[in-house]
Amino acid sequence: MMSDDTPRKSPIATRRRVLAGMSALPFMGILGTKVSAADYPTAVVNTTGLAVTDDKVTVGILHSVTGTMSISETGSVQAEKLAIKQINDAGGVLGRQIDFIQEDGASDWPTFAEKAKKLLVQDKVASVMGCWTSASRKAVLPVFEQYNGMLYYPTFYEGLEQSPNVIYTGQEATQQIIAGIDWVVSNKGAKSFYLLGSDYIWPRTSNKIARKHIEKLGLEVVGEEYYPLGHTQFNSVINKIKLRKPDVIYAIVVGGSNVAFYKQLKAAGIDMTKEKPLLLTISVTEDEILGIGGENIVGAYACMKYFQSLPNDNNVEFVKAFKEMWGDDIVIGDVTQAAYLGPWLWKMAVEKAGSFDIDKVREASPGIEFAKAPEGYVRIHENHHLWSKTRVGHALDDGQYEVVYETEDLVEPEPFPEGYQ
Amino acid sequence: MIGDYTLVEFSSILAMQGFAGLILFSVFVLMALGLAVIFGQMGVINMAHGEFMILGAYVTWLCSQFVTAYVPALFPIYFFIAMALAFVASGALGILVEWALIRHLYKRPLDTLLATWGLSLILQQLYRSVFGAREVGVSLPDWMMGSFPLTDIIEVPINGLFVMALTILISLAVFLLMFRSRWGKQVRAVVQNRPMAGAVGINTKKVDRLTFGLGCGVAGVAGSAFTMIGSTGPTAGQLYIVDTFLVVVFGGAASLIGTIASAFTISQAQSTMEFFMSGSMAKVLTLLTVVGILMLRPEGLFTLKMRR
Repeated sequence: MMSDDTPRKSPIATRRRVLAGMSALPFMGILGTKVSAADYPTAVVNTTGLAVTDDKVTVGILHSVTGTMSISETGSVQAEKLAIKQINDAGGVLGRQIDFIQEDGASDWPTFAEKAKKLLVQDKVASVMGCWTSASRKAVLPVFEQYNGMLYYPTFYEGLEQSPNVIYTGQEATQQIIAGIDWVVSNKGAKSFYLLGSDYIWPRTSNKIARKHIEKLGLEVVGEEYYPLGHTQFNSVINKIKLRKPDVIYAIVVGGSNVAFYKQLKAAGIDMTKEKPLLLTISVTEDEILGIGGENIVGAYACMKYFQSLPNDNNVEFVKAFKEMWGDDIVIGDVTQAAYLGPWLWKMAVEKAGSFDIDKVREASPGIEFAKAPEGYVRIHENHHLWSKTRVGHALDDGQYEVVYETEDLVEPEPFPEGYQ
Repeated sequence: MIGDYTLVEFSSILAMQGFAGLILFSVFVLMALGLAVIFGQMGVINMAHGEFMILGAYVTWLCSQFVTAYVPALFPIYFFIAMALAFVASGALGILVEWALIRHLYKRPLDTLLATWGLSLILQQLYRSVFGAREVGVSLPDWMMGSFPLTDIIEVPINGLFVMALTILISLAVFLLMFRSRWGKQVRAVVQNRPMAGAVGINTKKVDRLTFGLGCGVAGVAGSAFTMIGSTGPTAGQLYIVDTFLVVVFGGAASLIGTIASAFTISQAQSTMEFFMSGSMAKVLTLLTVVGILMLRPEGLFTLKMRR
């Protein structure tokens, strides 16, 4: 899927080539621990006119901080700013401090495209961390491909896409769905499923994959339904669920509807802690629980790659740093963590390539490993998605999840899953 | 569908669906009543109606935060205080808005649409700046959550009952106010003939201001009640605005009875259809039906007989 003309080389070979190009320069610093900008003259590391100077490199942050989506995207902005600050404190990228220009997509897809163009054409940013909804990503995609930018996209999404100009730091659908369903089937003995979602591409594609997988296992889907975005009355579907008596309610409801759905589910006497039926969701992170209220969703299971409560050392440090920067009451959801990966993965790719040039960063990206990721070790796949683990969390009444299961190995990203389309 | 279920199950379906429809009906009436007062009696198209509701919701949230922190003993009944405060807050904002904005536009009804739409955007961003972009969770006293199990299948949600009771109460209050009080008589007089009403000594400006305030206040109470069933965020008001206008326009703009009849028709149709098909299809069919009926009866279900 690489679109540039140069033949694909192993990243190491790329680096050698870059080093060879610099052989006239005094050979210093490479072996040392501290990277200094003087070792990487701007003319060499920036051959395409990006916003890179001798002591500074500019990147873009493009999220909605106004409009409906700001509810979700605020966390991503905070995570990206934290990552940039930490990278700067540790010496920056190739000895240059990262400066960012933040633009507001305003929850409006054409605005996203316009701002993306501004960042790439006028500001010449070296990379962009941004977008949240698939609609906004689809809107900026032609811009990134035309002007050859690099986008780090944080949200778990439906897959079916693989652009040379995007690194997807969230999960594509199969990574989020299959392991979770396998887990409820083998550990909870689930036999029948009721699929439910908001009516747009992500829940529909996800449920399609879920349905195929459930049917492959020889189990039953007893209902599948979609409600318009923003729907606030779920009494009818809750009645249907009660009559159909599925073992699992598989819910992909998003936004304000989420709050209505869980409150009404509880009011209708479905006690999720009894797990009859059990509720499994892929759309409720700790962020959403703030609005829903922990007491209304306690007992539900969520399938994600990251939970704030993950006990590993990386995460403990990350949560501490996040709270120091943004306040103690903040919660961190799956996407927020994925957004935090963006700047780091970009920094590592730049350092591996020894260059800020987009083509070289792209070439260097596959195989990049980030062992200090809060979710644990991740690696960039050839297809620009991340190898990562899938986890199941159990909602507690304080709005946090307790991790009850994680896959043993990293799950391979398959944006175009065979047999699921 | 019937084939899959036993007779008991089927009758339970009917009972539960009937009840779900009634809850939806109450929700519709509650959210449309304030708008019906403003739109029907004053002819002002208030696009910021949803934001007045959300102000009520935020007041409820502030109340719940305050009560949990300082007077936990009041927690079980704080909701009633919150609703009263929501009425006062939204009503006061409504009066302010009428004074600053609406009264200059009475002769230009379409401009009120733009002005109030702008107001709704301003209020949304204001909420976002003050309360943060994320949704807030309003915690409710335990007695308001959960349900009464009647049979194995039938369970009656308590918050649904609460919304129904509240709707009846508010509707009654608005009716008494509009049709049995001196002030209501003045409002109706102003609606029917503004110059004549002024000529017989009614202070029409004051009537306008209070009517607008009343409509907004009722919206605030509705918003407060909806914290039980929906979300509270800067843009949550937008979730209700389409349905609200649908109910008011379908019912016949100038008639409060029409609003209630229309809320009943739409809610029952929607909840029945939702049961037999997916939610999106049910919504599409509901809207199609409403559009069809409005083509035949452009004035809505109920119209006031008056000389034009």
